[in-house]
Amino acid sequence: MDLTLKIWRQAGPRDKGKLVTYQVEDISPDMSFLEMLDVLNERLNAKGEEPVAFDSDCREGICGMCGLMISGQAHGPEKTTTCQLHMRSFSDGETITIEPWRAEAFPVIRDLVVNRSAFDRIIQAGGFISVNTGSAPDAHATPVPKPNAERAFVAAECIGCGACVAACPNASGMLFMGAKVTHLSELPQGQPERMARVVSMVSTHDAEGFGGCTNIGECSKACPKGIPQDVISTLNRDLRMALSSGH
Amino acid sequence: MTDTVQTPDTFGLWTLGDPIADTKAPGGPIENKWTKRKFDAALVNPANRRKLSVIIVGTGLAGGAAAATLGEAGYHVKSFCFQDSPRRAHSIAAQGGINAAKNYKEDGDSVYRLFYDTVKGGDYRARETNVYRLAEVSANIIDQCVAQGVPFAREYGGLLDNRSFGGVQVSRTFYARGQTGQQLLIGAYQALERQVAEGTVEQYVRHEMLEVIVSGGRARGIIARDLETGEIETHLADAVVLASGGYGNVFFLSTNAMGSNVTATWRAHRKGAYFGNPCYTQIHPTCIPVSGDHQSKLTLMSESLRNDGRIWVPKRREDCDKDPRQIAEADRDYYLERIYPAFGNLVPRDIASRQAKNVCDEGRGVGPVVGDFRRGVYLDFADAIKRLGKSAVEAKYGNLFDMYARITGENPYEVPMRIYPAVHYTMGGLWVDYDLQSNIPGLFVTGEANFSDHGANRLGASALMQGLADGYFVLPNTIRDYLAKGPFDTLDANAPEVAAARTSVQERTQRLLAINGDRSVDSFHKELGHIMWEYCGMERTQEGLLKAIDLIRSLREEFWRNVRVLGSADTLNQSLEKAGRVADFLELGELMCIDALHRRESCGGHFRGESQTEDGEALRHDDQFAYVAAWEFTPEAADGIPGGGMGAPVLHKEDLTYEFIELKQRSYK
Ligand SMILES: Cc1cc2nc3c(=O)[nH]c(=O)nc-3n(C[C@H](O)[C@H](O)[C@H](O)COP(=O)(O)OP(=O)(O)OC[C@H]3O[C@@H](n4cnc5c(N)ncnc54)[C@H](O)[C@@H]3O)c2cc1C
Ligand code: FES
Repeated sequence: MDLTLKIWRQAGPRDKGKLVTYQVEDISPDMSFLEMLDVLNERLNAKGEEPVAFDSDCREGICGMCGLMISGQAHGPEKTTTCQLHMRSFSDGETITIEPWRAEAFPVIRDLVVNRSAFDRIIQAGGFISVNTGSAPDAHATPVPKPNAERAFVAAECIGCGACVAACPNASGMLFMGAKVTHLSELPQGQPERMARVVSMVSTHDAEGFGGCTNIGECSKACPKGIPQDVISTLNRDLRMALSSGH
Repeated sequence: MTDTVQTPDTFGLWTLGDPIADTKAPGGPIENKWTKRKFDAALVNPANRRKLSVIIVGTGLAGGAAAATLGEAGYHVKSFCFQDSPRRAHSIAAQGGINAAKNYKEDGDSVYRLFYDTVKGGDYRARETNVYRLAEVSANIIDQCVAQGVPFAREYGGLLDNRSFGGVQVSRTFYARGQTGQQLLIGAYQALERQVAEGTVEQYVRHEMLEVIVSGGRARGIIARDLETGEIETHLADAVVLASGGYGNVFFLSTNAMGSNVTATWRAHRKGAYFGNPCYTQIHPTCIPVSGDHQSKLTLMSESLRNDGRIWVPKRREDCDKDPRQIAEADRDYYLERIYPAFGNLVPRDIASRQAKNVCDEGRGVGPVVGDFRRGVYLDFADAIKRLGKSAVEAKYGNLFDMYARITGENPYEVPMRIYPAVHYTMGGLWVDYDLQSNIPGLFVTGEANFSDHGANRLGASALMQGLADGYFVLPNTIRDYLAKGPFDTLDANAPEVAAARTSVQERTQRLLAINGDRSVDSFHKELGHIMWEYCGMERTQEGLLKAIDLIRSLREEFWRNVRVLGSADTLNQSLEKAGRVADFLELGELMCIDALHRRESCGGHFRGESQTEDGEALRHDDQFAYVAAWEFTPEAADGIPGGGMGAPVLHKEDLTYEFIELKQRSYK
């Protein structure tokens, strides 16, 4: 198939950046979206033009490294990561716009590559259980009811790609943060720090420049792992409890 | 049937050096060794720990766990990864599970049984002492992870669930659906971020280590490139840990992540660290086949599919492009069931892989023609669907079928799946002693980056175990014995060794950008991958390996003359990053072929054409090859390769003695 690509090119963090149009011919529907970009880059390189920078690593939908706005949709038209999207989801002759995640908290580094370290800083603020290596009791000392274990698992599936932020009109990081809060709140091991955790994470989230949540729900729709929106309710409930108990 | 070993100078490709020994494992009964080693290792006063610094390259299970643990202990840690967050290390992609000798199922498991299974699974080419310790600490891993909040699968009573994995007879594998690696890594990552917040760990993301600094005979730091700004940075410390993962991407196509590379360990090898068993590679039988030349990586599907799927190819080549559903039962060759009636489709990974390659080489493969032939065999669930019903098959394998459908665009409930083997894991890596220290004092190597625990073949669910055992429990205990001798003399950033390391990185970077030839980095990488797969993959022969060495040498020469890397050194430049990695793969590939050539035996996943039984099965030579091959780098001046070319490497042998387990030949017929 033949496609017209409009790709965001930006030489560096301080460069203004613009959309540049490329024609790519002979794309196989069996290619993944990123393989299609590999092909474009090989052709650009052959012509002496600098390849388009974009992030990816596992290309299996699990590391969270990839992430592109594809014609206005985070990770494109299917409910999956950009690396797992295949060209058979597009049609011959289509024009595709490719942009980086857009959010104040995710500054562009170059072309389609953004800086998502704000997510690490939210985790540093409390997204963990304080247990030093070697001090753990036997794993069977604390049974976890299956429903709690299941819900913790569903929340823990978050890959930290940032699609939720990119899809949200407010560029809020609440789905990401709610997923972590829910994962740890569902487990007995997460209880001792539960209140302090949520307060600290939320204040870091706000300080990093992420927007507030107004319950639009675009985050959950864009999430390649289908993290449900109710993790945000859990976060809000924990936050209310923490604040009313003086945390 | 058998033949004699060549003397080292038969081909003039390597020389024989002094044998080496692992001197750190204490004597005595195997079950007491680790306790004794921990007791004998010197202690560091908590007040002094802050003055001792450790660089850890890698944030996968091995590196992330170690950085968190050393931070908790109070050392000053600097942690590096090339991704934008430590949480993205390749460990995240592991699916199946992690082994531990908990014996929660009361099915007869024990530390000894896990030890035994791992040594046997490694085809008797692993070091007994290390493997025993691995089995011993395995139970602590599960405790630690559960305490961190890792959501392992649980039963209704709230206790942990286990499954049996990779043909073992006990249920010792802990799992978190198909995302075990992800959940374990997030646990280690969170522990690491906690230490970043505490200020014990400094985190450097989007940084690539490009050189190790050795001064006064000790590893004292690294040169790293900030991938965002291009800045070349010097980082000094009292010790350096490499936890940089495996090098399967030397084959271009593998199940590894795009960025997985050998640079960290290869640079250390060039500085004197021995490389252990570089030719030991694991090839996994159930991957989704290549769909065309554009393919950038391969995707693994769980081996569990072989429990119910039947593997076949057409008997006749003419049928290979037919709709498989139209091929009559009598015209199909269920080759594994035919050759191995006792084990059928459940033969070990290496045998399933090699037979798939054989039938495709004969021209009976299926699926698209890639290169000059079809690379795929059918994995057919029609019988299973008939026997169990579609919904039972869906309940068991639904997510795998969905993944397959998404990638191939075919519906595996209707049309048989196609699979083909792919490179998956590298057992080889830098040589380390019982303390996980390389032969360069102060340079420690953990996880997939070292050679130590899996011999010639790794069992399923044991790499995650090794990564976390090394990171949480082994390294933090052994490195303190070394650190107790520090802090070492302050090293000046302008000291000659430091400046030289820095200059060599700068020169190499400039050189790559200056060539401006007419071939892309990827084209070299693909060509190298083809050579490696063809001649140093599942089946190796003397003739093929000699040919491969010639091909790699001329490819390397062409690379340094004709590669085209655009852009500059002072911005994010992904072509430049790739070029540096491929340059190192082009050297590693040659060493792998030399190692494979010298090991004239079939062992683990490596079938050596000249070493087979009368009915074509693998034949090991314990009398000649029961040793670890640890290779020392010899530089040789060569035009165009900054830092020199490769001379003939020196082979140091570490003899493997089996005191606790008896050596046996494997048989699956
Ligand atoms: C698809 C797949 C499925 C698997 N499934 C299983 C399974 O079910 N069970 C099992 O036990 N094993 C499994 N394995 C194997 C296992 O996942 C790996 O062997 C293991 O996770 C490796 O961990 P590691 O910490 O050694 O390295 P990695 O996780 O690969 O981490 C390497 C780290 O080093 C960093 N790094 C590398 N080079 C540099 C450099 N030059 N500079 C700076 N940083 C660098 C990277 O950024 C990364 O942080 C699987 C492997 C694959 C590919
Ligand atoms: S590259 Fe890892 S999720 Fe897409």
